Amino acid sequence: MQTSDHILSAIRIEKAFPGTRALDKVDFHLRRGEVHALLGENGAGKSTLIKCLTGAYRRDGGAILLDGTEVDPRDTFEAQTLGIGTVYQEVNLLANLTVAENLFLGRQPRRFGMVDVGAMNRRARELLADYELDIDVTRDLASYSVAIQQVVAIARAVDLSGKVLILDEPTASLDAHEVAMLFRIVRRLKARGLGIVFVTHFLEQVYEISDRITVLRNGQLVGTRETANLDRRALIAMMIGRELAAEIHAPRAQTSEGPLRYRFRNYGRKGRVRPFDLDVRAGEVVGMAGLLGSGRTETAELLFGAHSADSGQAEIDGRAIDLSSPRAAIRHRFGFCPEDRKTSGIIGDLSVRENIVLALQARRGWTRPISRAEQNRLADHYIRALDIRTADREKPIKLLSGGNQQKAILARWLATEPEFLILDEPTRGIDVGAHAEIVKLIEALREKGLSLIVVSSEIEELVAYSTRVIVLRDRAHVAELDGNRLTAHEIVEAIAATNERRAS
Amino acid sequence: MKPKYLPLIATLVIFLLGYALCVAQYPNILSTRVIGNLLTDNAFLGIAAVGMTFVILSGGIDLSIGSVIAFTGVFLAVVLEHSSIHPLVAFAMVLAIATLFGAAMGAIIHYLEMPAFIVTLAGMFLARGMAFVLSIDSIPIKHPFYATLKGLYVKLPGGGRITLIGGLMLLVFAVGILLAHRTRFGTNVYALGGGTATARLMGVPVAATTVRIYALSGLLAGLSGIVFSLYTSAGYSLAAVGVELDAITAVVIGGTLLTGGSGFVAGTFVGTLIQGLIQTYITFDGSLSSWWTKILIGLLLFAFILLQKGIIYVSRHRRQPA
Repeated sequence: MQTSDHILSAIRIEKAFPGTRALDKVDFHLRRGEVHALLGENGAGKSTLIKCLTGAYRRDGGAILLDGTEVDPRDTFEAQTLGIGTVYQEVNLLANLTVAENLFLGRQPRRFGMVDVGAMNRRARELLADYELDIDVTRDLASYSVAIQQVVAIARAVDLSGKVLILDEPTASLDAHEVAMLFRIVRRLKARGLGIVFVTHFLEQVYEISDRITVLRNGQLVGTRETANLDRRALIAMMIGRELAAEIHAPRAQTSEGPLRYRFRNYGRKGRVRPFDLDVRAGEVVGMAGLLGSGRTETAELLFGAHSADSGQAEIDGRAIDLSSPRAAIRHRFGFCPEDRKTSGIIGDLSVRENIVLALQARRGWTRPISRAEQNRLADHYIRALDIRTADREKPIKLLSGGNQQKAILARWLATEPEFLILDEPTRGIDVGAHAEIVKLIEALREKGLSLIVVSSEIEELVAYSTRVIVLRDRAHVAELDGNRLTAHEIVEAIAATNERRAS
Repeated sequence: MKPKYLPLIATLVIFLLGYALCVAQYPNILSTRVIGNLLTDNAFLGIAAVGMTFVILSGGIDLSIGSVIAFTGVFLAVVLEHSSIHPLVAFAMVLAIATLFGAAMGAIIHYLEMPAFIVTLAGMFLARGMAFVLSIDSIPIKHPFYATLKGLYVKLPGGGRITLIGGLMLLVFAVGILLAHRTRFGTNVYALGGGTATARLMGVPVAATTVRIYALSGLLAGLSGIVFSLYTSAGYSLAAVGVELDAITAVVIGGTLLTGGSGFVAGTFVGTLIQGLIQTYITFDGSLSSWWTKILIGLLLFAFILLQKGIIYVSRHRRQPA
């Protein structure tokens, strides 16, 4: 029946969202009996591709072939009945039902019209025995760890669909022991001839489990390779989009560094980022580089008190300070532009003016309102200073483009006149022109004597505006590059080197 | 022991303790006569509360119950007074109306994506208004068949009686327990309570289940209305005001999570009995005002909400170490 050994083929898949082309004619072929890693940085289009395959999104163009026949799933449930099962990092099962009910929801064995609970539990135990799981299936799913819930989700997906299993970051919240258990299961399913798509950002896991690797970047296919023939450095180059040979030296004005102002000693939080030491001078931009999930954002959130540190201490000008909450951080003149401005940055329905004055008002307290005239003055000032393109200051901010929203958030923090500004992916999802403007702005702020921490996946950009770059991996600070060593090449080497050290 | 049984056991312990306290003060309470009356007096509330249990388990709420009970009573009284229709036929008619009424609310909740609270609030006014349209007076029901039905009972040792309506409530609870724990529909109800979006992803027929849940609640409210009309032998459009809140109370005291997804029909039975017990105690005492019922029930409700919070907290933290 099958003419090829591909169990699932996606051909020239296209998907556009307003303003962005999320997938641009992407091809993806999955063989039966292989584990195929799907890699790419944030926004590369991995999840969009997965969602198109499972019917969660309707694709705009292209075809999906399952077992050689074209399929067009309209929702994930239909995809599942066709044979494509998906397991997400966030377990999509019902925690309030028992394990057995979760496995057999909608297809419980019945006797005389009643659910035969005994038979259902027996079959659930048999099913899970294949997955090395011997648990009480009559307990609520909620009483088990995420790893076990994950396995239950896999068991259900495989039992229902049985051809293709998509694992979307299944290991993100598991410990090493649990990952090993999961991989044993994946190998067993592979031996049964399932095609398995594995999405992750843990590269050593990719090398441990996968047979082939497909890399996406900016919605485009970079390539598909045999894992065995692709070394880490080449893979990272594929992911972050630059050849290691090519080297760009951004001419950087090495400004004389100001006095040391911020000291973090042994600063960390369990489960988020390992304790690190960090010194930041006035008039300095410290870049944070690393792959997704390396602990960059976690570091930024820790510094701002969005999550309080459980070890170490922070000092300003030699005085110990408390950074246990964003409010405390704001009192010490910290500012933070988060990574995902749609969910944690802008308030879409409020006007540009209201978004800009928000942080300043919060710092002053609600008992001392900023007068409307003052608000207008501030808003107009920053709209002009940062060149925020908006018809007027009363326009709801959600109607602005991504770059202008980003500038408005920057304006919000600049209005509080911060001395320590943390920017998490300030250039994500904005167009090229706006990129350059944000970069210029960062330089201008540094010259004004601010201390900045900038987290970015854009390595060239980091090189361009940072005085130092800290490389993170596996939730730890692993390298610090400055002076002549501050090049894109060195950064990539540092990310890759730490990978290799771990592997050996 | 599984943490989900904890609220159920707590309810049962509270009931038994309360009963023991009552018996200590008034030994007469420990008689089949009192128990039989407890069942009879709370039959309409218990039956309505079974429907409410399903609604709350699914994460919804049904505020129309009291009004549907009143409408049913007035409808029966008017029909039996002005026509020669046999009560059994009238029962079937009113049950059909109540079921359709519930189903319509369920359909609106699902298809128009309206909150159950507001839809059933509208249903509450609508049903009460319809009762007023039929009659604004309290109409006695003198049909001989009613007398026959009221005369049916099973004698218990010690002089107590399980009346028809008391027995009917026990039957409804038994069927409700089977429906909740031994049918796919029952599991789907819990699934909706666990999260509609996830349930849909897992292939639960969300639309059909939602409509059926409210239809069931309507049907049981209608049945409760029939029981109420048998109990009072009258139909009055101002009757059963606030019964929906008593039913919600019975459900929550019975250990069902108000946010849905966790609880037991059997718990609702105990919740109903606890309310009945407090009422009985006050009747026995004779000097206490009836608002003591409300105060005690209010306190119990608070206690149970706290208990539920505690259990959720504990079960979350127990599973953390993986």
